[in-house]
Amino acid sequence: MTHALRGRRSVAEPGRSPGKAVLFLLPALLILGALVVYPLVYSLFRSFFDASGSRFVGLSNYVETFTDPRTLIAFRNNVIWVVVAPVAVTCLGLILAVLTERIRWATAFRLILFMPMAISLFASGIIFRLVYEEDPERGVVNAAMVGVHDVFASPSPYPGARPRSEFDASEDGYTGTATVSRGGVVSLPLVGYSRQQLPDSARPVSQPEAGGTEVRGAVWLDVSAGGRPGQIDPAELGLPGLTVELLRDGAVVSKTMTGDDGRFTFPDLGPGEFSVRLPADNFALPFRGLTWLGPTLVTPVIISSWIWIMTGFAITFIAAGLSAIPRDALEAARVDGATEWQVFKRVTVPLLAPVLLTVFVTLVINVLKIFELVFVIAPGSVQEEANVLALQMWQVSFGSGGDQGVGSALAIILFLLVAPAMLYNIRRFRRERS
Amino acid sequence: MTTVLSHEKREVRVVDVPVTGSPKRGPLTRFVSNLGNGAVQVGLAVVAVFWLMPVFGLLVASLRSEQANTASGWWTIFTKPAELTLQNYAELAGNETIWRSFLNTVYIAVPSTFLVVVISALAAYALAWIEFPGRDWLTVTVVGLLVMPIQVALIPVAKLFGALDLFGTIAGVVLFHVAFGLPFAVFLLRNFFTGIPVDLVEAARMDGATEWVVFRRVILPIAKPALASLTIFQFLWVWNDLLVALVFADQDSAPITVALRSQLRQFGANIDLLSTGAFLSMAVPLVVFLAFQKYFVQGVLAGSTK
Repeated sequence: MTHALRGRRSVAEPGRSPGKAVLFLLPALLILGALVVYPLVYSLFRSFFDASGSRFVGLSNYVETFTDPRTLIAFRNNVIWVVVAPVAVTCLGLILAVLTERIRWATAFRLILFMPMAISLFASGIIFRLVYEEDPERGVVNAAMVGVHDVFASPSPYPGARPRSEFDASEDGYTGTATVSRGGVVSLPLVGYSRQQLPDSARPVSQPEAGGTEVRGAVWLDVSAGGRPGQIDPAELGLPGLTVELLRDGAVVSKTMTGDDGRFTFPDLGPGEFSVRLPADNFALPFRGLTWLGPTLVTPVIISSWIWIMTGFAITFIAAGLSAIPRDALEAARVDGATEWQVFKRVTVPLLAPVLLTVFVTLVINVLKIFELVFVIAPGSVQEEANVLALQMWQVSFGSGGDQGVGSALAIILFLLVAPAMLYNIRRFRRERS
Repeated sequence: MTTVLSHEKREVRVVDVPVTGSPKRGPLTRFVSNLGNGAVQVGLAVVAVFWLMPVFGLLVASLRSEQANTASGWWTIFTKPAELTLQNYAELAGNETIWRSFLNTVYIAVPSTFLVVVISALAAYALAWIEFPGRDWLTVTVVGLLVMPIQVALIPVAKLFGALDLFGTIAGVVLFHVAFGLPFAVFLLRNFFTGIPVDLVEAARMDGATEWVVFRRVILPIAKPALASLTIFQFLWVWNDLLVALVFADQDSAPITVALRSQLRQFGANIDLLSTGAFLSMAVPLVVFLAFQKYFVQGVLAGSTK
């Protein structure tokens, strides 16, 4: 097939029996006429009628299309798709196609990257739904993010724990409402944490004695069977390794850490009233990754899955174009001392420009018709946020909408959007034939 | 959509590249270039692993029990390979809805492919080798129809099928696929047919062969590679469809993509069924792709993704 396309362009010699053409063409003409051409005309007419199809409404379906917030989101997303996705895939395809020329396993590489083209968009959608699952125990992306995050930031010692009362919560942590001066004692009962999760080093807590010039205190888990709230009970354990800050007039003047029995001591800091603060990073909940399938990130996520599918196509197409570039041109530039980057920029890319344009146009058309990926990857609750025209058309006409007048208008808009590509193909075809 | 794969003659232009270094390559340059090659190898290997990982993840998920999938990620099997089980597939084998939808997929894909190949071959022959008024105009129309979005036809054809009692039947789904497969198929085969040497056709005609005989005995045997590309491309296209069947099939004629779609609402809870079902539906395209990848790649290059 390719060698035919490669332009063995012997002009078709006319046959001698023109009447027979009809017989050969009849099945194709009937089907194309009834199921492609007639529907196009019908859709155009239908788009001027209301939902029931009986009342002529002029352009009001189109007006509704351009004012309905759902459809406007779909338009916006289509613009994002068209601007981002084809350029990304064309560039990625170009870079990888050029790089594969330098490895021996280029065929295997292209085969691997091409494989997603063979499976359905539906299956690809399921694959990426799993990849981007929010729970880091299931979705590999969040698992990787949590892994990397935890290497750089140690997890907080007591996620979710909080003081029982008498504390003001702020972004910095929990600050005590009562003040303390030197020689005083602070009790910090915490709740909201499970006893089983305490470190093994935790020892039973005891009441620190008042007196001296220091500020003393204890932080403990105020949870035990039969225990009194806010009181130190025999079975209750201290919370080791917790950071405690001492504040004077809102500024941190000292910082210490609790021991195994939950007790801490601040050195003599002179007279004055102090307050005690438990910094927030003691209690920060562990990092769980990002909500990929939430309203903000869902479109980028779906675009990434499309890139996964289409890059193999771009590579293969561009690689075919690369192999048609005369080696002499590249070699001449190299002999002249051009670096690989210069060869790429000044020789390869200009010579490939027509191929790149064709790949790009193909991808734009593909993007305009995107349907399955959004349908499968975006969970129902965020589908509105990830909406695209092709999906909106289906929803309006066959899903919950039930308005085939607006649906037809959307179909015609979709048709008008791909019409330039239609003309591009026809012009190319004419040019190549002449 | 279909692109016109062109191989225009490219002029070898004189390219003005500034000379920045000595053309002679010293040992240092060679070392740097080897290093660069090593980096390229590693980089591409990483890319390849990245590309395989999502599929591998779903495959492993389909081979772990529901409990294991709920408790931990698929990558756990690297430390606990014993968790692998065929239990999900055993359950899938007992799921009648899935099996019926799998068979429906076959019943839709096979006739669609067959009809598209036959009907388009006939039409392409006429466009390539028979002179008739309006031939150029018709060919250009086919090229124009290549990128036609199927959305344009959903509503009118649904109405038409409703009137003809074809709505919700396999025959209806097949007809729609045939219609939207034809422009690309005719285009691809016409291009191939016009490349066949005139002498062969003329010689047959001199011997008094009818057009039908020329088509059957001369054109089709030569066109086998193109027919193979088209068959595989069309088969996978129909096999992988969701949208057409979503509109035109009912519960009894739904292919596997549509049948699985209803499980999506509870993605997390249904991952065992969804992952195994997805692999069941992917198995056929993957085998076809690996077995006939040359033809498939050629088909996609000529036609890409409609």
